[in-house]
Amino acid sequence: MWRARTLDDDQTMTAETAARRPPAPPSKRTLFRRRSAIPGFGLTMGVTLTVLSLIVLIPLSAVVLKAAQQSPAEFWAVATSQRSLAAYRLSFGAAFVAAVINGVFGVLTAWALVRYDFPGKTLVNALVDLPFALPTAVAGIALATLYAPTGWVGQFLTPLGIKAAYNPVGVTIALIFIGLPFVVRTIEPVLRDAAEDVEEAAASLGANRIDTILRIVLPALAPAWLTGFAMAFARGVGEYGSVIFIAGNMPYKSEIAPLLIIIQLEQFEYARAATIAVVMLTVSFTMLLVINAIQAWARRFD
Amino acid sequence: MAAASHRRATEDPLWAKVLVIGTVMAFLALVLILPLAAVFAEALRKGLDAALLAINNADALAAVKLTLITAAIAVPFNAAFGLCASWAIAKHDFKGKPLLITLIDLPFSVSPVVAGLIYVLIFGLQGWFGDYLVDNDIKIIFAVPGIVLATVFVTFPFVARELIPLMQEQGTAEEEAAVSMGASGLTTFWRVTAPNVRWGLMYGVLLCNARAMGEFGAVSVVSGHIRGLTNTMPLHVEILYNEYDFVGAFAVAALLCLLAVVTLVLKTALEIVQPGVRGRGGH
Repeated sequence: MWRARTLDDDQTMTAETAARRPPAPPSKRTLFRRRSAIPGFGLTMGVTLTVLSLIVLIPLSAVVLKAAQQSPAEFWAVATSQRSLAAYRLSFGAAFVAAVINGVFGVLTAWALVRYDFPGKTLVNALVDLPFALPTAVAGIALATLYAPTGWVGQFLTPLGIKAAYNPVGVTIALIFIGLPFVVRTIEPVLRDAAEDVEEAAASLGANRIDTILRIVLPALAPAWLTGFAMAFARGVGEYGSVIFIAGNMPYKSEIAPLLIIIQLEQFEYARAATIAVVMLTVSFTMLLVINAIQAWARRFD
Repeated sequence: MAAASHRRATEDPLWAKVLVIGTVMAFLALVLILPLAAVFAEALRKGLDAALLAINNADALAAVKLTLITAAIAVPFNAAFGLCASWAIAKHDFKGKPLLITLIDLPFSVSPVVAGLIYVLIFGLQGWFGDYLVDNDIKIIFAVPGIVLATVFVTFPFVARELIPLMQEQGTAEEEAAVSMGASGLTTFWRVTAPNVRWGLMYGVLLCNARAMGEFGAVSVVSGHIRGLTNTMPLHVEILYNEYDFVGAFAVAALLCLLAVVTLVLKTALEIVQPGVRGRGGH
């Protein structure tokens, strides 16, 4: 794409200037390195594109090609089978609920970290990133043990009639764990940069603190909040390791979409596995576009 | 500031602070600390000796070794890629830059299970190169190369997304000065750029390593779960757990928890040494 620009530039030259132009420079590399005197563009860009293609783009295309080996009717039948639909409902539903819960507590956590001083703040700050650092399988078995009917937390939920583990509730609990840092870490820098003088102005004009927060602070956080929400949701939809131990994995009930892919793979139904993967990829890429759109929208206010 | 009426307009009343901090602490204790505590409690349920025995046996040690080998290949590879990509993207102008950055970020939006699946479709028995690999007796899926490939995929963007915004922020003036005074590209990189980005690079490598050692979904699809051969630590945790060897599972899990704690300590130290290292690339 960046090549096309330089060709266009050439074409806009009149015939006269083209004729007077000195012979083509010995190295065409100046055309690539627009407005930069720094060397190494050809090499690093070449390596980047090659590695990106070999590791990411070509392998990802394999899943689309595999799914495309079926007829559209076959594809549709697998993609929208009752079992698949139940799995999407669980994966998307649990990811949504978890992202909403993280949306609430994530804002509070970011608020406390940015605006307040309290003992142990450094520790809390480090701890928020635990889900990024802790292997998902470890989180999975820990949560399953905690929320099992005899577990530390589960024993208090059972008398209340709440079945947390081996249930969609358990899936949601695991996704809350996984998604929390996404929300906190997207809101935090925005909150830190937010000018307090706007709040001061609101207060001096007679707004009470609640009004200021609801009408000045939260609207300013909206783009970051939505981005964090979308990232937590996207991660939750595809999450596997932390979920399978606590989910119960009952078909139609507590079976997440990524697990369905693995089940199809184990039965050597590669095209079916690819079909569900394509559905999930489509949703992920849509989420990615949404996140990019939100961020582009947010930059308009800068 | 002594009396409450003198508090600044942007400062919340004390009761609000206590309420917010209390809620946050309770939430984080429930969601983050309790699982961490549960791992160590379960690992030590039958005493320290039982836990150490679960770690100090051939299968567990083989899993530790494979995890270290995988990270030792995947992390430097992605660090080198990240340096290459950020040099090309941040220090030069070209069309389609946002698209390229989005494509590099792509693996973060792909489910780990799908990340494993794509390599099965290419290198598996029925895959693109299935016949060729069988004829030449090369094993990629259900073997170490597949595990490394899947790990490289899921950790692909970590270093690049840390370095690209950092290098963009630093601009090109210092490099241009070095080049105009006759420094070669490589000298410019080592003497000018590398010192400027070293903290960001370490930060990216740290996160990349934590994910590489802890990856479960993608590796689970391509591994085949052969004990002592293609079992990484997270996969070993799963096998032991499914065999109801809870002390064993949680003992290996505790080892992974220590890795996570060390990662968080180093990360916090980096943020103290170099404020602002966080949050450029997000994640």
